[in-house]
Amino acid sequence: MAGIASVGAQRTLPAGVTSVALVALVAVGIVPLIGTSYLYEAILTPFLALALAGLGLNLLTGYAGLLSLGSAAFMAVGAYAAFNLSLRLPFLPLPVVILIAGGVAALTGVIAGLPALRLRGFYLAVSTLAVQFFVAWALNRIGWLSNDSPSGIVSAPRLIVAGISFEDARGRYLFSLAVVALLSFAAWRLVRSPTGRDLVAIRDHEIAARITGVRVARTKLLAFALSSFIVGVAGVLWAFAYLRTLEPAGFNLDRSFQILFIVIIGGLGTLRGAFLGAGFIVVLPLVLARLGAAMLGDGFDSGTLEMCQRMVLGTLIVAVLIREPAGLTALLDRAVGRLRGRAD
Amino acid sequence: MNPDLAFLIEVIVGGLLSGVMYALVAIGFVLIYKTSGVLNFAQGAMVLFAALTFVSLLERGLPFAGALAATLAVMVVLGLAIERAVLRPLVNQPPITLFMATLGVSYVIEGAAQLAWGTQVHGLDLGIDDTPFEVGGVLVSRFDLFAAGIAGLMVAGLTAFFRYTRIGLAFRAVADDPLAALNAGLRLPRIWSAVWIAAGLVALVAGLLWGARLGVQFSLSLVVLKALPVLVLGGFDSIAGAILAGLIVGAAEKLSEVYLGPIIGGGIEGWIAYVAALAFLLIRPSGLLGLRTIERV
Repeated sequence: MAGIASVGAQRTLPAGVTSVALVALVAVGIVPLIGTSYLYEAILTPFLALALAGLGLNLLTGYAGLLSLGSAAFMAVGAYAAFNLSLRLPFLPLPVVILIAGGVAALTGVIAGLPALRLRGFYLAVSTLAVQFFVAWALNRIGWLSNDSPSGIVSAPRLIVAGISFEDARGRYLFSLAVVALLSFAAWRLVRSPTGRDLVAIRDHEIAARITGVRVARTKLLAFALSSFIVGVAGVLWAFAYLRTLEPAGFNLDRSFQILFIVIIGGLGTLRGAFLGAGFIVVLPLVLARLGAAMLGDGFDSGTLEMCQRMVLGTLIVAVLIREPAGLTALLDRAVGRLRGRAD
Repeated sequence: MNPDLAFLIEVIVGGLLSGVMYALVAIGFVLIYKTSGVLNFAQGAMVLFAALTFVSLLERGLPFAGALAATLAVMVVLGLAIERAVLRPLVNQPPITLFMATLGVSYVIEGAAQLAWGTQVHGLDLGIDDTPFEVGGVLVSRFDLFAAGIAGLMVAGLTAFFRYTRIGLAFRAVADDPLAALNAGLRLPRIWSAVWIAAGLVALVAGLLWGARLGVQFSLSLVVLKALPVLVLGGFDSIAGAILAGLIVGAAEKLSEVYLGPIIGGGIEGWIAYVAALAFLLIRPSGLLGLRTIERV
């Protein structure tokens, strides 16, 4: 993945801090004042969960250059681990549950990453597919994991932290926001740390990295662990805060592809890319539905919408890879740069 | 014959024959990978597209031969279009980028195919009756045997093509060393176009056979997931490897489903092939018959 995006790592601190502060102000200060429950439930909460999953995958694919097609499986592991922990150990507070669930996902990630010590590229991608199918099979077959529910669908536990309920639409949004903010900060620290640079070194030139003293095997497994931790927590948010139910079908291969698409469209190897990509993926079907209804009227049903969405998504992936491998992030940077240039 | 043994043979034969069907899809991948280094995830979508186009044309009253010719033409155009619009601009990009691009292509093709022809399931009757017949106490599916015959013919055709024609020789030269081939005056773009057309034709054959087996519907696109472990096992760049691995995966899948399934629960065919292929890969990273240099750390 050499050459795709080293944009994010080189941004100077002050500009980053201003924009982060601006986003934080909007997210915490303004949105809760004007938000409707539709905005929270249909847009913001899924956006946050998907952005977090994209962030996790970006660590693995964008930074370390290891392609994974099994993100949904790690989300499922996180979500189901959290479900079982809060079901069977009800005394555990929710933050602890989420931490342990992330840990379980990380452990799964390390196991899934073991082939990465010997395999690269397609072979590794195929091995993450194996994880995807195995997890789906296990969740469908082992009834205990979904509390022996006959339909396989279980409801998520209530979101209560230290006696404060986050059950309503705005609460679930704020809860997700807090988790995403924390983990994004951690990821931001990580990619600027020596470990973060090791990841990029392995992506850009593995042998050179090895020569300069990067412990390649250890770092690859670490990339899998950290990425899967974040993706696992994203799974918890997806199930607990957004859907409020868990079913294996929600974490299928299409979800894995969706998260990969978020990362590609947003920009490989940038943290902001995950957010831009997730925003795009969440808003796209809504925009297409409006557009289609306006242009075709009643002929535009949900089936047509889904097919159009597939085509638009696929076309965009190809277009981004050809025209702008650094994704929306690079477009945004250029737009901002142009605005600044005009202001000066 | 001992009934247990007869049953075992029946399972193995059934597995081998369904393995031929996997190999049929895998060959499409190998063709493109060999000559351009692209793992074409859209191969499954092309299978779906071919089958759906053919069936829809039949249903609109075209005769069998006419529909076949029209679909053939459509697949040629599709192969050319993908090569021209997607892969040509991405020449010299890392293999993973190319792979992700074909993932995007598969979404476009799946969307377009179903938008154009609808999402309902179509039956496809190739005029082969599927009554099993008995050979020495073992039941064999007539249709599977027919599919195996077609696959055999196709492989023989491809082998002859690669071995005895000028363009086949050029294919092999490009697969062997693209730079040397370019230096010798071979026109790479033309060869890539040709190979995408060939992959489109393989997709058509696979689409007709799989479509007749499963019904023509979206899940046809997912045969790509069946072909991946076959490719991993056989090596991405060997047609013989794809056939051999297809047979092994088919037989192993059926055997494990029948004998292992009752112990650890049914439905394991979704991942058992992957695990088996990966376990094998850890020992021999280039697959059964693949070249030794690929993508190893």
